[in-house]
Amino acid sequence: MSLRIVVCVKYVPDATGDRHFAEDLTVDRDDVDGLLSELDEYAVEQALQIKEAADDDAEITVLTVGPEDAKDALRKALSMGADKAVHVEDDDLHGTDVMGTSLVLAKAVEETGYDLVIAGMASTDGTMGVLPAILAERLGVPQVTLLSEVSVEGGVVKGRRDGDTASEQLEASLPAVVSVTDQSGEARYPSFKGIMAAKKKPVKSLDLDDLDIDAESVGLEGAWTKVDSAAERPARTAGTIVKDEGEGGKQLAEFLAGQKFI
Amino acid sequence: MAEVLVYVDHVDGAVRKPTLELLTLARRIGEPVAVALGSGAEATAATLAEHGAVKVLTADAPEFADYLVVPKVDALQAAYDAVSPAAVLVPSSAEGKEIAARLAVRIESGIITDAIDLEAGDEGPVATQSVFAAAFTTKSRISKGTPVITVKPNSAPVEAAPAAGAVEALSVSFSAQATGTKVTSRTPRESTGRPELTEAAIVVSGGRGVNGAENFAIIEALADSLGAAVGASRAAVDAGWYPHSNQVGQTGKSVSPQLYIASGISGAIQHRAGMQTSKTIVAVNKDAEAPIFDLVDYGVVGDLFEVVPQLTEEVKSRKG
Repeated sequence: MSLRIVVCVKYVPDATGDRHFAEDLTVDRDDVDGLLSELDEYAVEQALQIKEAADDDAEITVLTVGPEDAKDALRKALSMGADKAVHVEDDDLHGTDVMGTSLVLAKAVEETGYDLVIAGMASTDGTMGVLPAILAERLGVPQVTLLSEVSVEGGVVKGRRDGDTASEQLEASLPAVVSVTDQSGEARYPSFKGIMAAKKKPVKSLDLDDLDIDAESVGLEGAWTKVDSAAERPARTAGTIVKDEGEGGKQLAEFLAGQKFI
Repeated sequence: MAEVLVYVDHVDGAVRKPTLELLTLARRIGEPVAVALGSGAEATAATLAEHGAVKVLTADAPEFADYLVVPKVDALQAAYDAVSPAAVLVPSSAEGKEIAARLAVRIESGIITDAIDLEAGDEGPVATQSVFAAAFTTKSRISKGTPVITVKPNSAPVEAAPAAGAVEALSVSFSAQATGTKVTSRTPRESTGRPELTEAAIVVSGGRGVNGAENFAIIEALADSLGAAVGASRAAVDAGWYPHSNQVGQTGKSVSPQLYIASGISGAIQHRAGMQTSKTIVAVNKDAEAPIFDLVDYGVVGDLFEVVPQLTEEVKSRKG
């Protein structure tokens, strides 16, 4: 029996670009280049390592919910070594919040068939970091999240979760939902061969009808949260910059004393 | 007056500061009812009462420590069912966010994470968030169900507001999912004796310019002179000079202290995302063109190995 791994990835505006909101207060995707969220590369990497270590066959499906351009993110993951891709795309998905996205992902994961779902620790645009937990709740399977180390053996997933106050070793039976941090191991670069091979790998497209999801439960109207306003943070007023001529530390102390920090 | 559930983050009964900040925010919306779980839960009551909790619902069972997240979701849901609150507030720790999110799915309510402020509004609580690496500030609210909101540390003052804080035992029946993920071992983080990074009033951080693990002693000495927490940029953490638990930035901790001191940090977007909302920012960097200087209230262009020790000495002598 082969191990079926589904990696959930997100196509996001480049975090180093000048990100803005569109008029409807959704993330503006037109003015900034999009790419596979950096934090999801770690999820693809761990999926590849689990596949490489597996005794039996393993198959990696990379899954995204997003606009047409989101295929770029899938292509990147395929060029890293994932086997096939599923793209959920539907005009009614515009403006979907985490509750809607998790609903779509849960249905798509079930439709694809899975033993292990792997996600990144958070997206680099929304940065909530809660989708994997919600996905586990919706699927009714164990949540093994925020792992810095992960392994799968004999139908059991194990990993290390470094929390605020303690480091924990976790264990759960498959099927399960895992998320991995940026400490889990650097993601590989796609090889030229990988890039060429990715062009021939299958990308399956699904829409809301295929997943039997009501359009009213997703999109901006179906969102359970509402953004009322988004304002650019005012630029910080220019501060005092001095060049150290031997007294820099003392000058800084003087400033801190003036601000009552000392 | 409507009741507001506040999830208590505590270590063996010692309430962590972000929970006290939540009580301040909860009082703006209604009457805080605290939910404390696990070992030491009852010991939290006195502190919570001092800060405005009218009731403290407590539960303890081995499941809270032995299994990940879900037992706590079951308990918070039991509290939700018992109280029918106007809102549920949870500290924005990694675990807090996961607990809140799973509760939100179960009670079919929207969720807002990482709020930095909260006020009452005509259509329910309005949450302020800092997004896109703190380049934008948004105001949002929940449009379905009972608002579930997680709030970042340092988002509100801790205020004394004595209330009854009556302890009531919460009866929890665990769901089938509760025992899905076993915690097979737990190693507490070694205490450095310094304040917790996200809660500290002052943070002193070092970056690429610190140039080696051993040189972080300079950063630590300054931090200790100020009673500050120590942070590190991703470059310093990736180089193995300082633990990841101290990383400030997009993929590390996001901090918002009264004073942030950046040493040898250029100020790439990755780092700015985690510290841009600090009240006062100062920097020491030998590169006058470093983007960090665009953010600072006071900057010194110079060698951190000269400037930082001099500053440390000056702080010590001024503090006597």
